[in-house]
Amino acid sequence: MSADRSTPNTPPADGTDAAASASASGQTELIRFDKVTKRFGSHTVLDALDMKVYPGKHVTLIGPSGSGKTTILRLMMTLLKPDEGTIKLGDRYLTHEDKGGKLVPASDRYSREIRKNIGMVFQQFNLFPNMKVLRNITEAPVHVLGMDKDAAEQRARELLDLVGLTAHLDKYPSQLSGGQQQRVAIARALAMRPQVLLLDEVTSALDPELVAGVLDLLRDIAHSTDITMLCVTHEMNFARDISDCVMMFDAGRVIEFGPPEQIFTAPEHERTREFLSAVR
Amino acid sequence: MKFDWSAVGAFLPTFWNGVLVTLQALALGSLIAFGLGLVWALAQRSSLKVVRWPVTALTEFVRNTPLLVQLFFLFYVMPEWGVTLSALATGVIGLGLHYSTYTAEVYRSGIDGVPAGQWEAAIALSLPRRRTWTAVILPQAIRRVAPALGNYVIAMLKDSPMLFAIGVLEMLGEARQFSSQTFQTVEPYTVVGVAFIAIAYPASLLLRALERRLVR
Amino acid sequence: MSDITWGLWELLLKGVWITVQLTVYSAALAAVAAFGIGLARTHRRWIVRFLSGAYFEIFRGTSALILMFWMFFVLPMGFGWQLAPMWAAVLTLGLTYGAYGSEVVRGAIAAVPPGQREAGVALSFSPAQTLRKIVLPQAWPGMVPPFNNLLIELLKGTALVSILGVGDIAFGASLVRNATAQSAPVYTIILVMYFVLAFALTRGMRAVERHAKAGIGQAPAGRSRLRPATGPTVTGATAPAEGEAR
Repeated sequence: MSADRSTPNTPPADGTDAAASASASGQTELIRFDKVTKRFGSHTVLDALDMKVYPGKHVTLIGPSGSGKTTILRLMMTLLKPDEGTIKLGDRYLTHEDKGGKLVPASDRYSREIRKNIGMVFQQFNLFPNMKVLRNITEAPVHVLGMDKDAAEQRARELLDLVGLTAHLDKYPSQLSGGQQQRVAIARALAMRPQVLLLDEVTSALDPELVAGVLDLLRDIAHSTDITMLCVTHEMNFARDISDCVMMFDAGRVIEFGPPEQIFTAPEHERTREFLSAVR
Repeated sequence: MKFDWSAVGAFLPTFWNGVLVTLQALALGSLIAFGLGLVWALAQRSSLKVVRWPVTALTEFVRNTPLLVQLFFLFYVMPEWGVTLSALATGVIGLGLHYSTYTAEVYRSGIDGVPAGQWEAAIALSLPRRRTWTAVILPQAIRRVAPALGNYVIAMLKDSPMLFAIGVLEMLGEARQFSSQTFQTVEPYTVVGVAFIAIAYPASLLLRALERRLVR
Repeated sequence: MSDITWGLWELLLKGVWITVQLTVYSAALAAVAAFGIGLARTHRRWIVRFLSGAYFEIFRGTSALILMFWMFFVLPMGFGWQLAPMWAAVLTLGLTYGAYGSEVVRGAIAAVPPGQREAGVALSFSPAQTLRKIVLPQAWPGMVPPFNNLLIELLKGTALVSILGVGDIAFGASLVRNATAQSAPVYTIILVMYFVLAFALTRGMRAVERHAKAGIGQAPAGRSRLRPATGPTVTGATAPAEGEAR
C-alpha cells in the first residue's frame, strides 16, 4: 500500500501553515498534528504545522538541520510540549486531556499512559550503562507494562536474535560497538510493542562502516512489520527504500511532500532541489 | 525562647575584638597557605626522589589528620623543643600549614591543566626554565585556580574557631569568655553563629561570580 | 613513650572506639541528609528547591565548632532540649557534612546525560522508576570519590567533640598528656591513629568505588594518591581536580 497524495498540495486557507499527509483513502489517520507551533525563545521551530500519518506508513522527514524535524519526534514522544495546537494519536489527544468536552494540557500521569504506544530510538542510543544488554530490553516491559519476567526475557531473546546480537546479551553497553549499541536500542524500543516507532537520526553518531548494518536491520523491520514509523535521517538512499512518504522541511514548515520517487527524482520546490544536491 | 538584646549589646565590644583577631588569623594563615602550598606543589614536581617523596608523605599526613590535634601538637610540643610562640602565632602557623596541603593540590591541578602546547612553545622560544615558570605556566595556572583557592580561605574562616582551644580569643573564644562571666549563653553564641554566615555567604557568592569570570 | 602505661594506652584505644562510633553515626545521618537534600534540590517545585537550597547555604556557611557549641549550650537554654554531648556532636557533624554531601548528590545527578532521562520517558518509566533504575545507579560511581573526601573531613571533624568533653581520641590525648607531662609522644601517636583511620576509610571507599564502577561496566581509574584533594568547602566553586573526576 503506497502513499498517495489524497490532499493535493494546495496552500491552506490562511496561507501560513503547511499541510501534509501520508494518506491512504478510506482510513483514519493514526497521528494528527493540528496547527502545532513550537518556539524556543524567540525562534519559531515549528510554525502552525498540520500533518497526518496513516497507520502502518513509514514517513521520512528530511530537510536542513534546524528545520524542526527532530522537534516533531520529540513532541510525539512528549519530551517537549507544543506552545500551540494539538497532537492526536488515534482518537486520543497526546498533548491534552479531554475533560468534559474541554481540552486541558495533559497531566504527567495521562502522558505516561498514552506514550506507552510510542517507541523511540535516539541518535546517541541512550542505552542504560548500568544494565546489561538483556536487562536494558526487559526492564520496561516488566516494570512498565507489568509483563511476566520470563515472558519478557523470552521476547528479548527473540529480538536480540532479530538484531543479530544473541551472543552479547550478558554484556554491558560499554562493551559493545556503536552499531551494536544502536541495534540493542532498536530491540529495546520494539520490546514495548509500540504502535509508532520514532527514529531520530539513528545512524548519525555511528562510524561510517557501521551504518549499513543498522540500516539493513531497519529495512527488514520496515518491510516485515506493520509498525508506523516516523524517521528523521540524512541517509537519502535509506529514505528512498523504506518510505511511503517523504516530507521536506524548511524553516518550521513542510514545503513539499510525496512518495520518495517523486521527491527524489522530480522535486517541485527549489529549496528541495538545493537540499538534495547538497546532501548527495 | 527568651532572647536578651541587652546581652547582645554588652557582648558587642568584645565581639569586635574577636572579629579582629579572627580576621588577622585568617589573613596571615592564608598567606602561609598560599605560599607554602606553592612550595609543596613545585617540590612534588621535582625530578629528585628525595625531594618529592618526603614532601608527598608530609602533605598527605597533614591533610588526613585533624587540624585541632595539629594545633595541640604545635602548642604543647614546640615549647618542649625550645620554640615559644604566642597562642595566636601558633594558631596562624597551624592553620596555614594545614591548608597549605590543600592549596598544594589546587596548584598541582592548575599546573597540570596548562596545555602541553604552552610548554612546547616555551621550549621553542628557548625560554629559560625559571622564566617559563614565572611568565608562562604559573600565571595561567593560578588564574584557573583562583576561585578554588578562595574557597579554602572560606574553609579556613570556618575552621578558625578551633584556635580558641589553644587559648586564642577570636570570636568563639570571646563568646565563651563572655558567657562564663555573665552566664548568658544564648546571645553570644547566636551572635557569633550569625556573624559566620554573614561573612561566609557573601564571600562564597563573590567566589562563584569570580569563578564564572575566570574559569572558562 | 615508655612513660605511657598500659592504662593510658587503654584510654587512647577507648578514644579510638568513640571516634569510630561518632564517625559511623554522623556519616549515617550525613548520608540521609545528603540524599534527601540533594534530591530536593533537583525537585520540580521551586519552594522545595528554595528550602533545600537554604539548608545547604546555611550549613555550608556555618562553622561546625560554633554550631556544635550552639547545639550544646543554646538549645538547652533556649528551647529546653538537653542533648548528650555525643548526640549534639553527631547532629552537628551529620547535618553539616550532609549539606556538603547534598552538593555531591546534586552534581552527580546533574552529570547524568539528559538522554538517559529521555530514554526513560520513551520507555514510559515513572519519574520514581527513572530515578531509581536509571539516574541514581549511574550517578552513584561519581559520588563515591567526593564522598570519600567528605568522610575523611568528617573523621577529622570528630576531633572537635573533645572540646565538649566527649572522650574521643583527642580527648584521651589531653588526659594522657596531663598524666605523663610529655606532649610529643602522645600527639604523635594520636596523629598516626587518625591517619591510620583515614587510610582505612580510603581503602574501603576505593573498594566501594571499584564495585560501583564494575556495576556500570567501567574499569576503575587508577589513582596513585591517598585521595585527590578537595576540601571541606570545595562545593561552590569547584576545584579543577574535582571537575575532572566527574
